[in-house]
Amino acid sequence: MIRIRGLRKHLGTRQVLDGVDLDIAAGETVVVMGRSGTGKSVLLKHIIGLMKPDAGSIEVEGQEIVGMGERELDAVRRRFGMLFQSAALFDSLTVGENVGVGLREHQRLPEPEVRRRVAERLEWVGLSGVEAMKPGSLSGGMRKRVGLARAIAMDPQYILYDEPTTGLDPIMADAIDGLIRGMQQRLSVTSVVVTHDMTSAYKVADRMAMLHDGKIVFTGTPDEVRATTHPMVRQFVAGSSTGPIRPL
Amino acid sequence: MEDFLPARGVRFVRRRAFDWVAEVGRVTLMLRDVVRFLIPGLRSFGRLVQQMNAIGVGSLWLVVVVSLFTGAVAAVQAAYQFTAVVPMRYLGSVILRSVIIELGPVLTALVIGGRVGASIAAELGTMKVTEQIDALRAMAIHPVRYLVVPRVVAAVIMLPIITIFSDAIAIFGGYVVAITSIGVSSHTYTQSLKDFFLMKDLWSGLIKSFFFGGIIGTMGCFHGFATEGGAEGVGLATTHAVVASCVLVLISDYVLANVLFRFIFAA
Repeated sequence: MIRIRGLRKHLGTRQVLDGVDLDIAAGETVVVMGRSGTGKSVLLKHIIGLMKPDAGSIEVEGQEIVGMGERELDAVRRRFGMLFQSAALFDSLTVGENVGVGLREHQRLPEPEVRRRVAERLEWVGLSGVEAMKPGSLSGGMRKRVGLARAIAMDPQYILYDEPTTGLDPIMADAIDGLIRGMQQRLSVTSVVVTHDMTSAYKVADRMAMLHDGKIVFTGTPDEVRATTHPMVRQFVAGSSTGPIRPL
Repeated sequence: MEDFLPARGVRFVRRRAFDWVAEVGRVTLMLRDVVRFLIPGLRSFGRLVQQMNAIGVGSLWLVVVVSLFTGAVAAVQAAYQFTAVVPMRYLGSVILRSVIIELGPVLTALVIGGRVGASIAAELGTMKVTEQIDALRAMAIHPVRYLVVPRVVAAVIMLPIITIFSDAIAIFGGYVVAITSIGVSSHTYTQSLKDFFLMKDLWSGLIKSFFFGGIIGTMGCFHGFATEGGAEGVGLATTHAVVASCVLVLISDYVLANVLFRFIFAA
Protein backbone atom coordinates (compact mmCIF):
# COMPACT_ATOMS: atom_id res chain seq x y z
CA MET A 1 0.00 0.00 0.00
CA ILE A 2 1.26 3.47 -0.90
CA ARG A 3 -0.24 6.49 0.89
CA ILE A 4 0.55 10.00 -0.31
CA ARG A 5 -0.58 13.03 1.70
CA GLY A 6 -0.15 16.75 1.04
CA LEU A 7 2.75 16.29 -1.39
CA ARG A 8 4.15 19.61 -2.55
CA LYS A 9 7.02 20.31 -4.91
CA HIS A 10 8.10 23.40 -6.77
CA LEU A 11 10.59 23.38 -9.66
CA GLY A 12 12.03 26.79 -10.44
CA THR A 13 9.19 29.23 -10.00
CA ARG A 14 6.44 26.69 -10.80
CA GLN A 15 4.45 24.83 -8.13
CA VAL A 16 4.33 21.43 -9.83
CA LEU A 17 2.71 19.44 -7.01
CA ASP A 18 0.45 21.44 -4.73
CA GLY A 19 -0.88 19.07 -2.10
CA VAL A 20 -1.30 15.69 -3.78
CA ASP A 21 -3.34 13.12 -1.80
CA LEU A 22 -3.52 9.60 -3.24
CA ASP A 23 -3.87 6.04 -1.90
CA ILE A 24 -2.74 3.01 -3.91
CA ALA A 25 -3.97 -0.27 -2.45
CA ALA A 26 -1.98 -3.50 -2.58
CA GLY A 27 -2.41 -5.39 -5.85
CA GLU A 28 -4.29 -2.68 -7.72
CA THR A 29 -3.26 -0.76 -10.83
CA VAL A 30 -3.81 2.97 -10.50
CA VAL A 31 -3.50 5.16 -13.55
CA VAL A 32 -2.57 8.80 -12.95
CA MET A 33 -3.74 10.79 -15.94
CA GLY A 34 -3.31 14.42 -16.77
CA ARG A 35 -1.98 16.81 -19.35
CA SER A 36 1.66 16.83 -20.35
CA GLY A 37 3.68 18.87 -17.88
CA THR A 38 1.23 18.53 -14.97
CA GLY A 39 3.79 16.72 -12.81
CA LYS A 40 2.80 13.06 -13.34
CA SER A 41 6.40 11.93 -13.80
CA VAL A 42 7.48 14.15 -10.89
CA LEU A 43 4.92 12.33 -8.72
CA LEU A 44 6.31 8.93 -9.78
CA LYS A 45 9.87 10.02 -9.02
CA HIS A 46 8.77 11.07 -5.53
CA ILE A 47 7.20 7.66 -4.88
CA ILE A 48 10.54 5.92 -5.54
CA GLY A 49 12.57 8.61 -3.77
CA LEU A 50 14.34 10.01 -6.83
CA MET A 51 13.06 13.47 -5.91
CA LYS A 52 12.57 15.02 -2.50
CA PRO A 53 9.34 16.95 -1.83
CA ASP A 54 9.12 20.42 -0.29
CA ALA A 55 6.40 19.12 2.04
CA GLY A 56 4.09 16.17 2.49
CA SER A 57 4.27 12.49 3.26
CA ILE A 58 4.72 9.27 1.28
CA GLU A 59 4.25 5.98 3.11
CA VAL A 60 5.15 2.64 1.53
CA GLU A 61 3.62 -0.17 3.60
CA GLY A 62 3.38 2.19 6.54
CA GLN A 63 7.02 3.28 6.25
CA GLU A 64 7.54 7.01 5.77
CA ILE A 65 10.08 7.52 2.97
CA VAL A 66 10.22 11.33 3.00
CA GLY A 67 13.34 12.31 4.91
CA MET A 68 14.95 8.87 4.58
CA GLY A 69 18.69 8.68 3.83
CA GLU A 70 19.88 7.11 0.56
CA ARG A 71 20.81 3.84 2.27
CA GLU A 72 17.35 3.37 3.77
CA LEU A 73 15.76 4.48 0.51
CA ASP A 74 17.75 1.83 -1.36
CA ALA A 75 16.12 -0.85 0.80
CA VAL A 76 12.69 0.52 -0.20
CA ARG A 77 13.68 0.87 -3.87
CA ARG A 78 14.56 -2.83 -4.08
CA ARG A 79 10.84 -3.53 -3.73
CA PHE A 80 10.15 -1.38 -6.81
CA GLY A 81 10.64 -1.72 -10.53
CA MET A 82 10.34 1.29 -12.79
CA LEU A 83 9.79 1.61 -16.51
CA PHE A 84 11.00 5.02 -17.64
CA GLN A 85 9.38 7.05 -20.41
CA SER A 86 12.46 6.69 -22.64
CA ALA A 87 13.12 3.17 -21.22
CA ALA A 88 16.48 4.57 -19.95
CA LEU A 89 18.42 1.49 -21.06
CA PHE A 90 22.17 1.65 -20.43
CA ASP A 91 23.69 2.28 -23.87
CA SER A 92 27.04 0.74 -23.01
CA LEU A 93 25.51 -2.60 -21.96
CA THR A 94 23.84 -5.31 -24.02
CA VAL A 95 20.15 -6.10 -23.57
CA GLY A 96 21.03 -9.11 -21.42
CA GLU A 97 23.35 -7.05 -19.23
CA ASN A 98 20.67 -4.35 -18.91
CA VAL A 99 18.07 -6.83 -17.69
CA GLY A 100 20.55 -8.57 -15.38
CA VAL A 101 22.21 -5.49 -13.90
CA GLY A 102 20.11 -5.49 -10.72
CA LEU A 103 20.54 -9.24 -10.24
CA ARG A 104 24.31 -8.98 -10.61
CA GLU A 105 24.61 -5.94 -8.33
CA HIS A 106 22.30 -7.06 -5.53
CA GLN A 107 21.59 -10.75 -5.50
CA ARG A 108 25.00 -12.34 -6.03
CA LEU A 109 23.40 -15.24 -7.89
CA PRO A 110 25.54 -17.71 -9.83
CA GLU A 111 26.02 -16.51 -13.42
CA PRO A 112 23.98 -19.38 -15.00
CA GLU A 113 21.04 -18.47 -12.73
CA VAL A 114 21.31 -14.79 -13.71
CA ARG A 115 21.28 -15.77 -17.39
CA ARG A 116 18.29 -18.04 -16.86
CA ARG A 117 16.36 -15.27 -15.09
CA VAL A 118 17.29 -12.74 -17.80
CA ALA A 119 16.14 -15.13 -20.55
CA GLU A 120 12.91 -15.84 -18.66
CA ARG A 121 12.05 -12.16 -18.18
CA LEU A 122 12.81 -11.40 -21.81
CA GLU A 123 10.56 -14.29 -22.81
CA TRP A 124 7.75 -12.85 -20.63
CA VAL A 125 7.91 -9.60 -22.63
CA GLY A 126 8.10 -11.49 -25.92
CA LEU A 127 11.75 -10.84 -26.71
CA SER A 128 13.54 -14.17 -26.51
CA GLY A 129 17.07 -14.38 -27.86
CA VAL A 130 17.92 -10.68 -27.97
CA GLU A 131 20.38 -10.76 -25.05
CA ALA A 132 23.42 -9.89 -27.17
CA MET A 133 21.84 -6.90 -28.93
CA LYS A 134 22.72 -3.33 -27.98
CA PRO A 135 19.93 -0.89 -27.02
CA GLY A 136 20.88 1.36 -29.94
CA SER A 137 19.72 -1.27 -32.42
CA LEU A 138 16.25 -1.73 -30.86
CA SER A 139 12.97 -0.16 -31.98
CA GLY A 140 10.96 2.05 -29.59
CA GLY A 141 8.60 -0.80 -28.69
CA MET A 142 11.45 -3.23 -28.11
CA ARG A 143 13.21 -0.71 -25.86
CA LYS A 144 10.08 -0.35 -23.74
CA ARG A 145 9.76 -4.12 -23.45
CA VAL A 146 13.42 -4.51 -22.47
CA GLY A 147 12.86 -1.71 -19.93
CA LEU A 148 9.90 -3.67 -18.56
CA ALA A 149 11.96 -6.89 -18.43
CA ARG A 150 14.61 -4.99 -16.44
CA ALA A 151 11.93 -3.55 -14.12
CA ILE A 152 10.57 -7.02 -13.30
CA ALA A 153 13.92 -8.82 -13.12
CA MET A 154 14.13 -8.53 -9.34
CA ASP A 155 10.53 -9.67 -8.69
CA PRO A 156 9.30 -6.28 -7.44
CA GLN A 157 6.20 -5.76 -5.32
CA TYR A 158 5.53 -2.42 -7.03
CA ILE A 159 5.98 -1.38 -10.65
CA LEU A 160 5.93 2.26 -11.71
CA TYR A 161 5.25 2.97 -15.38
CA ASP A 162 6.12 6.41 -16.78
CA GLU A 163 4.19 6.98 -20.02
CA PRO A 164 4.56 3.33 -21.12
CA THR A 165 2.80 3.78 -24.48
CA THR A 166 3.97 7.25 -25.48
CA GLY A 167 5.56 7.31 -28.91
CA LEU A 168 4.38 3.81 -29.86
CA ASP A 169 2.05 2.80 -32.66
CA PRO A 170 -1.45 1.65 -31.52
CA ILE A 171 -0.67 -2.04 -32.01
CA MET A 172 2.53 -1.89 -29.98
CA ALA A 173 0.75 0.28 -27.38
CA ASP A 174 -1.92 -2.43 -27.05
CA ALA A 175 0.82 -5.06 -26.65
CA ILE A 176 2.42 -3.01 -23.85
CA ASP A 177 -0.99 -2.61 -22.18
CA GLY A 178 -1.37 -6.40 -22.36
CA LEU A 179 2.03 -6.82 -20.72
CA ILE A 180 1.09 -4.42 -17.90
CA ARG A 181 -2.08 -6.43 -17.19
CA GLY A 182 -0.11 -9.65 -17.55
CA MET A 183 2.50 -8.54 -15.01
CA GLN A 184 -0.21 -7.71 -12.51
CA GLN A 185 -1.71 -11.17 -12.87
CA ARG A 186 1.60 -13.06 -13.05
CA LEU A 187 3.42 -11.24 -10.21
CA SER A 188 0.45 -9.83 -8.20
CA VAL A 189 2.19 -6.46 -8.19
CA THR A 190 0.85 -3.06 -7.25
CA SER A 191 1.22 -0.74 -10.22
CA VAL A 192 1.14 2.99 -10.79
CA VAL A 193 0.88 4.05 -14.42
CA VAL A 194 1.16 7.67 -15.48
CA THR A 195 -0.15 8.42 -18.92
CA HIS A 196 -2.20 10.81 -21.01
CA ASP A 197 -3.17 7.99 -23.39
CA MET A 198 -6.82 7.35 -22.46
CA THR A 199 -7.14 4.20 -24.59
CA SER A 200 -4.27 2.67 -22.64
CA ALA A 201 -5.57 4.03 -19.31
CA TYR A 202 -8.97 2.31 -19.69
CA LYS A 203 -7.30 -0.99 -20.58
CA VAL A 204 -4.93 -1.25 -17.63
CA ALA A 205 -6.59 0.67 -14.79
CA ASP A 206 -8.38 -0.68 -11.74
CA ARG A 207 -8.68 2.91 -10.61
CA MET A 208 -7.91 6.22 -12.29
CA ALA A 209 -6.82 9.52 -10.77
CA MET A 210 -6.62 12.84 -12.55
CA LEU A 211 -3.79 15.26 -11.72
CA HIS A 212 -4.41 18.89 -12.55
CA ASP A 213 -2.80 22.08 -11.24
CA GLY A 214 -0.71 20.05 -8.81
CA LYS A 215 -3.66 18.29 -7.17
CA ILE A 216 -5.59 15.06 -7.65
CA VAL A 217 -8.96 16.44 -8.76
CA PHE A 218 -10.76 13.13 -9.32
CA THR A 219 -10.39 9.42 -8.55
CA GLY A 220 -12.64 6.57 -9.66
CA THR A 221 -12.88 3.31 -11.52
CA PRO A 222 -12.80 3.36 -15.34
CA ASP A 223 -16.61 3.04 -15.35
CA GLU A 224 -16.89 5.98 -12.95
CA VAL A 225 -14.60 8.02 -15.23
CA ARG A 226 -16.79 7.23 -18.23
CA ALA A 227 -19.90 8.23 -16.30
CA THR A 228 -18.58 11.28 -14.44
CA THR A 229 -19.92 14.79 -14.88
CA HIS A 230 -16.70 16.31 -13.48
CA PRO A 231 -16.01 19.02 -16.10
CA MET A 232 -12.21 18.65 -16.14
CA VAL A 233 -12.32 14.87 -16.44
CA ARG A 234 -14.96 15.05 -19.17
CA GLN A 235 -12.93 17.59 -21.11
CA PHE A 236 -9.72 15.53 -20.73
CA VAL A 237 -11.38 12.23 -21.69
CA ALA A 238 -13.07 13.87 -24.67
CA GLY A 239 -9.81 15.50 -25.71
CA SER A 240 -11.52 18.87 -26.07
CA SER A 241 -9.72 22.21 -26.14
CA THR A 242 -12.77 24.00 -24.73
CA GLY A 243 -13.64 23.73 -21.06
CA PRO A 244 -12.18 24.50 -17.65
CA ILE A 245 -8.71 23.24 -18.65
CA ARG A 246 -7.01 25.89 -20.75
CA PRO A 247 -5.01 24.44 -23.64
CA LEU A 248 -2.27 27.10 -23.52
CA MET B 1 15.53 53.03 -12.41
CA GLU B 2 18.68 51.31 -13.70
CA ASP B 3 20.97 49.91 -11.00
CA PHE B 4 24.19 51.73 -10.38
CA LEU B 5 26.82 49.85 -12.42
CA PRO B 6 29.30 49.12 -9.57
CA ALA B 7 26.44 47.72 -7.43
CA ARG B 8 25.52 45.32 -10.25
CA GLY B 9 29.17 44.36 -10.54
CA VAL B 10 29.38 43.61 -6.80
CA ARG B 11 26.20 41.50 -6.99
CA PHE B 12 27.59 39.59 -9.96
CA VAL B 13 30.88 38.86 -8.20
CA ARG B 14 29.06 37.84 -5.00
CA ARG B 15 26.77 35.48 -6.93
CA ARG B 16 29.73 33.96 -8.75
CA ALA B 17 31.59 33.52 -5.46
CA PHE B 18 28.57 31.76 -3.90
CA ASP B 19 28.24 29.52 -6.98
CA TRP B 20 31.92 28.64 -6.76
CA VAL B 21 31.72 27.80 -3.04
CA ALA B 22 28.61 25.68 -3.69
CA GLU B 23 30.41 23.84 -6.50
CA VAL B 24 33.43 23.14 -4.27
CA GLY B 25 30.98 21.77 -1.69
CA ARG B 26 29.33 19.47 -4.23
CA VAL B 27 32.69 18.18 -5.46
CA THR B 28 33.70 17.50 -1.85
CA LEU B 29 30.48 15.54 -1.25
CA MET B 30 31.11 13.49 -4.38
CA LEU B 31 34.67 12.74 -3.24
CA ARG B 32 33.30 11.68 0.15
CA ASP B 33 31.04 9.20 -1.68
CA VAL B 34 34.01 8.00 -3.76
CA VAL B 35 35.88 7.18 -0.55
CA ARG B 36 32.75 5.61 0.97
CA PHE B 37 32.14 3.37 -2.04
CA LEU B 38 35.80 2.72 -2.90
CA ILE B 39 35.83 -0.96 -1.93
CA PRO B 40 32.30 -1.88 -3.14
CA GLY B 41 32.88 0.11 -6.33
CA LEU B 42 35.96 -1.95 -7.17
CA ARG B 43 34.28 -5.32 -6.64
CA SER B 44 33.51 -5.38 -10.32
CA PHE B 45 37.09 -5.65 -11.57
CA GLY B 46 35.85 -5.81 -15.17
CA ARG B 47 34.45 -2.26 -15.02
CA LEU B 48 37.78 -0.95 -13.66
CA VAL B 49 39.79 -2.68 -16.39
CA GLN B 50 37.37 -1.39 -19.03
CA GLN B 51 37.93 2.18 -17.81
CA MET B 52 41.71 1.71 -17.55
CA ASN B 53 41.66 0.55 -21.14
CA ALA B 54 39.55 3.53 -22.27
CA ILE B 55 41.67 6.07 -20.38
CA GLY B 56 45.12 4.57 -20.90
CA VAL B 57 45.26 2.46 -24.02
CA GLY B 58 42.79 4.73 -25.81
CA SER B 59 45.04 7.77 -25.23
CA LEU B 60 48.31 6.09 -26.17
CA TRP B 61 48.74 7.36 -29.71
CA LEU B 62 47.87 10.91 -28.77
CA VAL B 63 50.42 10.80 -25.93
CA VAL B 64 53.06 9.34 -28.27
CA VAL B 65 52.69 12.19 -30.76
CA VAL B 66 52.57 14.93 -28.11
CA SER B 67 55.52 13.51 -26.14
CA LEU B 68 57.71 12.87 -29.20
CA PHE B 69 57.40 16.45 -30.39
CA THR B 70 57.67 17.86 -26.86
CA GLY B 71 61.04 16.13 -26.48
CA ALA B 72 62.11 17.26 -29.93
CA VAL B 73 61.15 20.90 -29.26
CA ALA B 74 62.84 20.77 -25.85
CA ALA B 75 66.07 19.68 -27.55
CA VAL B 76 65.91 22.46 -30.16
CA GLN B 77 65.10 25.14 -27.55
CA ALA B 78 67.76 23.94 -25.10
CA ALA B 79 70.41 23.81 -27.84
CA TYR B 80 69.52 27.37 -28.86
CA GLN B 81 69.86 28.62 -25.28
CA PHE B 82 73.07 26.63 -24.65
CA THR B 83 74.87 28.17 -27.63
CA ALA B 84 78.17 29.68 -26.46
CA VAL B 85 77.09 29.45 -22.81
CA VAL B 86 76.65 25.81 -21.76
CA PRO B 87 78.44 22.76 -23.26
CA MET B 88 76.15 20.54 -25.38
CA ARG B 89 77.09 17.50 -23.28
CA TYR B 90 74.50 18.73 -20.76
CA LEU B 91 71.71 18.65 -23.35
CA GLY B 92 70.49 15.19 -22.34
CA SER B 93 70.34 16.09 -18.67
CA VAL B 94 68.29 19.25 -19.28
CA ILE B 95 65.81 17.37 -21.43
CA LEU B 96 65.66 14.51 -18.92
CA ARG B 97 64.96 16.66 -15.88
CA SER B 98 62.57 19.08 -17.57
CA VAL B 99 60.63 16.15 -19.02
CA ILE B 100 60.34 13.92 -15.96
CA ILE B 101 59.74 16.73 -13.45
CA GLU B 102 57.45 18.99 -15.45
CA LEU B 103 56.76 18.49 -19.14
CA GLY B 104 55.87 14.79 -19.04
CA PRO B 105 53.37 14.88 -16.16
CA VAL B 106 51.78 18.23 -17.02
CA LEU B 107 51.46 17.80 -20.79
CA THR B 108 50.20 14.24 -20.38
CA ALA B 109 47.62 15.49 -17.86
CA LEU B 110 46.50 18.30 -20.17
CA VAL B 111 46.18 15.94 -23.13
CA ILE B 112 44.36 13.27 -21.12
CA GLY B 113 42.28 15.97 -19.41
CA GLY B 114 41.08 17.14 -22.82
CA ARG B 115 40.41 13.71 -24.21
CA VAL B 116 39.27 11.67 -21.21
CA GLY B 117 37.70 14.49 -19.17
CA ALA B 118 35.52 15.39 -22.15
CA SER B 119 34.65 11.77 -22.87
CA ILE B 120 33.65 11.01 -19.25
CA ALA B 121 31.58 14.20 -18.96
CA ALA B 122 29.83 13.55 -22.28
CA GLU B 123 29.04 9.92 -21.41
CA LEU B 124 27.74 10.63 -17.90
CA GLY B 125 25.99 13.81 -19.08
CA THR B 126 24.12 11.85 -21.74
CA MET B 127 23.23 9.22 -19.13
CA LYS B 128 21.90 11.98 -16.88
CA VAL B 129 19.67 13.63 -19.51
CA THR B 130 18.34 10.28 -20.77
CA GLU B 131 17.35 9.23 -17.21
CA GLN B 132 19.93 6.40 -17.09
CA ILE B 133 21.34 7.78 -13.82
CA ASP B 134 17.79 7.87 -12.39
CA ALA B 135 17.32 4.28 -13.60
CA LEU B 136 20.43 3.22 -11.62
CA ARG B 137 19.16 4.96 -8.49
CA ALA B 138 15.70 3.43 -8.98
CA MET B 139 17.41 0.01 -8.93
CA ALA B 140 19.15 0.94 -5.65
CA ILE B 141 22.53 1.11 -7.42
CA HIS B 142 24.45 4.17 -6.22
CA PRO B 143 25.74 6.02 -9.32
CA VAL B 144 28.97 6.99 -7.56
CA ARG B 145 29.70 3.33 -6.77
CA TYR B 146 28.77 2.10 -10.24
CA LEU B 147 30.05 4.92 -12.46
CA VAL B 148 32.38 7.29 -10.61
CA VAL B 149 34.62 4.97 -8.57
CA PRO B 150 35.87 2.91 -11.56
CA ARG B 151 36.55 6.07 -13.61
CA VAL B 152 38.38 8.00 -10.89
CA VAL B 153 40.42 4.99 -9.78
CA ALA B 154 41.28 4.10 -13.39
CA ALA B 155 42.45 7.68 -14.02
CA VAL B 156 44.54 7.68 -10.83
CA ILE B 157 46.20 4.37 -11.81
CA MET B 158 46.67 5.13 -15.50
CA LEU B 159 48.02 8.71 -15.36
CA PRO B 160 51.34 7.76 -13.70
CA ILE B 161 51.71 4.78 -16.06
CA ILE B 162 51.09 6.92 -19.14
CA THR B 163 53.40 9.58 -17.73
CA ILE B 164 56.29 7.08 -17.52
CA PHE B 165 55.55 6.15 -21.11
CA SER B 166 55.37 9.82 -22.10
CA ASP B 167 58.68 10.59 -20.33
CA ALA B 168 60.42 7.81 -22.25
CA ILE B 169 59.02 8.93 -25.61
CA ALA B 170 59.90 12.60 -24.99
CA ILE B 171 63.48 11.73 -24.00
CA PHE B 172 63.69 9.63 -27.16
CA GLY B 173 62.34 12.57 -29.21
CA GLY B 174 65.06 14.79 -27.74
CA TYR B 175 67.64 12.11 -28.48
CA VAL B 176 66.64 11.89 -32.15
CA VAL B 177 66.89 15.67 -32.61
CA ALA B 178 70.13 15.89 -30.59
CA ILE B 179 72.01 13.34 -32.69
CA THR B 180 70.48 14.18 -36.10
CA SER B 181 70.40 17.98 -36.15
CA ILE B 182 72.36 19.36 -33.19
CA GLY B 183 75.44 17.20 -33.53
CA VAL B 184 75.50 15.65 -30.06
CA SER B 185 76.72 12.06 -30.12
CA SER B 186 74.55 9.21 -28.94
CA HIS B 187 77.07 8.35 -26.22
CA THR B 188 77.22 11.95 -24.91
CA TYR B 189 73.42 12.19 -24.76
CA THR B 190 72.92 8.89 -22.95
CA GLN B 191 75.85 9.52 -20.60
CA SER B 192 74.28 12.87 -19.69
CA LEU B 193 71.01 11.07 -18.93
CA LYS B 194 72.81 8.57 -16.66
CA ASP B 195 74.89 11.23 -14.86
CA PHE B 196 72.00 13.47 -13.94
CA PHE B 197 69.15 11.03 -13.40
CA LEU B 198 67.74 11.31 -9.87
CA MET B 199 65.09 8.94 -8.62
CA LYS B 200 63.41 11.72 -6.66
CA ASP B 201 62.83 13.66 -9.91
CA LEU B 202 60.97 10.69 -11.35
CA TRP B 203 58.99 10.25 -8.13
CA SER B 204 58.02 13.91 -8.05
CA GLY B 205 56.60 13.67 -11.58
CA LEU B 206 54.73 10.46 -10.78
CA ILE B 207 53.28 11.85 -7.54
CA LYS B 208 52.04 14.86 -9.47
CA SER B 209 50.48 12.69 -12.18
CA PHE B 210 48.72 10.62 -9.49
CA PHE B 211 46.96 13.79 -8.30
CA PHE B 212 46.33 14.94 -11.88
CA GLY B 213 44.58 11.61 -12.56
CA GLY B 214 42.30 12.21 -9.58
CA ILE B 215 41.50 15.72 -10.80
CA ILE B 216 40.68 14.61 -14.36
CA GLY B 217 38.49 11.68 -13.28
CA THR B 218 36.68 13.73 -10.65
CA MET B 219 36.04 16.74 -12.90
CA GLY B 220 34.77 14.56 -15.76
CA CYS B 221 32.35 12.73 -13.46
CA PHE B 222 31.28 15.83 -11.52
CA HIS B 223 30.43 17.89 -14.59
CA GLY B 224 28.79 14.88 -16.25
CA PHE B 225 26.51 14.43 -13.22
CA ALA B 226 25.78 18.17 -13.12
CA THR B 227 24.45 18.16 -16.69
CA GLU B 228 21.04 19.77 -17.16
CA GLY B 229 18.85 19.95 -20.26
CA GLY B 230 19.59 18.14 -23.50
CA ALA B 231 22.37 18.16 -26.08
CA GLU B 232 23.32 21.74 -25.23
CA GLY B 233 23.73 20.78 -21.57
CA VAL B 234 25.98 17.86 -22.51
CA GLY B 235 28.13 20.20 -24.62
CA LEU B 236 28.42 22.68 -21.75
CA ALA B 237 29.28 19.92 -19.26
CA THR B 238 32.02 18.66 -21.59
CA THR B 239 33.52 22.13 -21.94
CA HIS B 240 33.35 22.76 -18.18
CA ALA B 241 35.00 19.41 -17.45
CA VAL B 242 37.93 20.11 -19.79
CA VAL B 243 38.42 23.70 -18.61
CA ALA B 244 38.19 22.73 -14.93
CA SER B 245 40.59 19.79 -15.42
CA CYS B 246 43.20 21.92 -17.18
CA VAL B 247 42.99 24.85 -14.75
CA LEU B 248 43.12 22.59 -11.69
CA VAL B 249 46.03 20.59 -13.13
CA LEU B 250 48.05 23.79 -13.56
CA ILE B 251 47.14 25.18 -10.13
CA SER B 252 47.83 21.89 -8.36
CA ASP B 253 51.09 21.59 -10.31
CA TYR B 254 52.29 24.79 -8.65
CA VAL B 255 51.09 23.70 -5.19
CA LEU B 256 52.61 20.22 -5.53
CA ALA B 257 55.89 21.61 -6.87
CA ASN B 258 56.16 23.75 -3.74
CA VAL B 259 55.32 20.88 -1.41
CA LEU B 260 57.57 18.37 -3.17
CA PHE B 261 60.68 20.48 -3.79
CA ARG B 262 60.57 22.68 -0.71
CA PHE B 263 59.66 20.03 1.85
CA ILE B 264 59.57 16.39 0.76
CA PHE B 265 62.53 16.28 -1.67
CA ALA B 266 64.25 19.42 -0.35
CA ALA B 267 67.47 17.75 0.78
